[in-house]
Amino acid sequence: MGNYRMGTPKKTASKKTTEKKAVSAKPGKSEKIHLLTQMIRIRQMEEKTYEMYTKEKIRGFLHLYDGEEAVAVGIIENLDKEDGIVSTYREHGHALIAGMSMNSIMAELYGKAEGCSGGRGGSMHLYDKKTNFFGGSAIVANGLPMAVGLAMAYKMQNRNSISCCFFGDGAVDEGEFHESMNLASLWNLPVLFVCENNFYSMGMPFELAQAETDLVKKANAYKIEGAAVDGMDVMAVYDASVKAINYIREQKKPWFLECQTYRFRAHSMFDPERYREKDEVKEWKKRDPITTFTSRLQEEGLLDEDELNEIKKRVAEEVEESVEFSEKGTDEPIENLTRFVYSDEPKTLNKSK
Amino acid sequence: MAELQFREAIRDAIDEEMALDDGVFVMGEEVAEYNGAYKATEGLLDKYGFRRMIDTPISELGFAGIGVGAAMNGLRPVIEFMTFNFAVLAADQIINHASKVRYMLGGQVQVPIVFRGPNGSAGQLGATHSVAYDSMYAHFPGLKVIQPSEPDDAKGLLKSAIRDNNPVIFMESEQMYGLKGEVSEEEDYLIPIGKAKIKREGSDVTVVTHGKMYHVSKQAAAQLEKEGVEVELIDLRTIKPLDIGTVIESVKKTNRCVVVDEAHPFGGVAAEVGYLIHRDAFDYLDAPVARVTLPDVNAPFAKNLFDIWLPDAKNVIDAVNTVTYRK
Ligand SMILES: Cc1ncc(C[n+]2csc(CCOP(=O)(O)OP(=O)(O)O)c2C)c(N)n1
Ligand SMILES: [Mg+2]
Repeated sequence: MGNYRMGTPKKTASKKTTEKKAVSAKPGKSEKIHLLTQMIRIRQMEEKTYEMYTKEKIRGFLHLYDGEEAVAVGIIENLDKEDGIVSTYREHGHALIAGMSMNSIMAELYGKAEGCSGGRGGSMHLYDKKTNFFGGSAIVANGLPMAVGLAMAYKMQNRNSISCCFFGDGAVDEGEFHESMNLASLWNLPVLFVCENNFYSMGMPFELAQAETDLVKKANAYKIEGAAVDGMDVMAVYDASVKAINYIREQKKPWFLECQTYRFRAHSMFDPERYREKDEVKEWKKRDPITTFTSRLQEEGLLDEDELNEIKKRVAEEVEESVEFSEKGTDEPIENLTRFVYSDEPKTLNKSK
Repeated sequence: MAELQFREAIRDAIDEEMALDDGVFVMGEEVAEYNGAYKATEGLLDKYGFRRMIDTPISELGFAGIGVGAAMNGLRPVIEFMTFNFAVLAADQIINHASKVRYMLGGQVQVPIVFRGPNGSAGQLGATHSVAYDSMYAHFPGLKVIQPSEPDDAKGLLKSAIRDNNPVIFMESEQMYGLKGEVSEEEDYLIPIGKAKIKREGSDVTVVTHGKMYHVSKQAAAQLEKEGVEVELIDLRTIKPLDIGTVIESVKKTNRCVVVDEAHPFGGVAAEVGYLIHRDAFDYLDAPVARVTLPDVNAPFAKNLFDIWLPDAKNVIDAVNTVTYRK
């Protein structure tokens, strides 16, 4: 189910053409249902990882994406398969929508050899070359310069792809954010910067971390165009990302998108959440991207109860299968411990064009 | 003596020094309102307020450098890193500024600052959250490096670190914050920086260790005792300045030595201690010094790989058996 990005590949000619067509701003019924399904896939997968963590099947740090699904879905669905995606340690959702199988994600969380990174990385380091998912990363903000570097490679090799970088409001606190924004702009690199502003970095409220809380202004200071959008509304994110992606491809410049969102769960599994009121969480939950979008589709007559139940049932099966797959997963043999510290692959030649 | 958790010993040390000197203040991520990511600063906000308990954004390079500036200008900052794995972002300020500025300015300034937080691995957290940085900092002239293993050492050494007029790297472990131990109730309890401690006397072999690996080595010593091997267990407590004298005295008695260090082998504490023993006690050795360290491999996430990656008591016993020619 849905293991593809909806974006341009379906709608445009093959990747051999140099000019890519603009992505469509007018999703129809099936696309909208696809968006909903994708959000439900993330939610159900995350809820299952929570359960498996409490059963100690998953260890280490675990950061869940509940509440923020509209951001990953609204944006990644508009990217091409060849576009590179960079994320954070809260990246299970991005990985899934990028096109990675739930099996390979869950097995990585289990630390099994069948996981996307062979069990080497765990929850914070999902990575998949096939889908150009360039990884979660456990260090705040260190994906940003890397994403700019991906874009540099696309540009230098005329590959016409863009790189899309997700990061939290906390990443804005780091110098790496500012250096990356400046260089992407200075060198006209095709990067979509997506700040997932959930208004907290661990227990630190956003407004206590930033002197200037209007993030688009920061982008503008680097001569990057941008917008802020309701990150709880998948269509709003979708529309904003259509505009952003078209701009990046046409202008060959970066774009900055702030998605205002909220994490429903604690920062990680070790967070007593004393920094926010229960009522605040409750208020945001009224804006749950999945329930609100479901109601909207129902009001528009695009989705009936049976269809919804069918979607949920199919997703539940996919989730169960990923657990079974991981339970049956194998441990990497310990003789392999020293593999991959260095590369011994032969050098490949970059031909000049 | 009072039984305290490691985190309480840390907190008490900071608390006492803050009470004594208004220039001492704490700065870092989640140190104030959250009471510390690992609750090592619990209650200090209530006691000292926001002026001296400063929550920062996720700006390690910035707040480390701000600490250095404040220290050069009369204050005594205690900077908390959520882990030293994040202090790599602050490395410019620690290495290029804190460690060098007094020397470069011909002794006109001093930098009385403590950088503290957990170091090394803490279970299955992946490669970027599992590095032991003590040897790396010890490499740099101008820095002192402390890594205690028990609450009592933590309290006495942290108080000394805060009073020291040099930049001190003070390292803890996520996995030891809950560890309980007897802590001296002596008023103004100070342990001098740069003094190792013999924590178990023995005549057959010297085991030199520090930090979390002390507990692994202690376990090994208990097992070896049952097999009739008496380990002399030395907890370095301070990595720099290194108390090699205590080690040499012991090796002259036991004639054998194993160094246990939670770091990669290349250029680590184990390599340094091994060299110094060969320099100062070569004629006393009945076997080459052995070391137990991590392999030269990044931390894997998968449990089976992680478990063989991290040194354990069995590795220590094997090394002791090697230097005593028992197997
Ligand atoms: C350089 C660095 N400093 C600190 C941390 C510890 N840490 C992990 S997540 C986090 C909060 C990040 O918040 P934000 O960027 O807003 O992302 P969110 O968790 O809200 O998705 C912190 C402080 C880290 N991983 N890396
Ligand atoms: Mg945040």
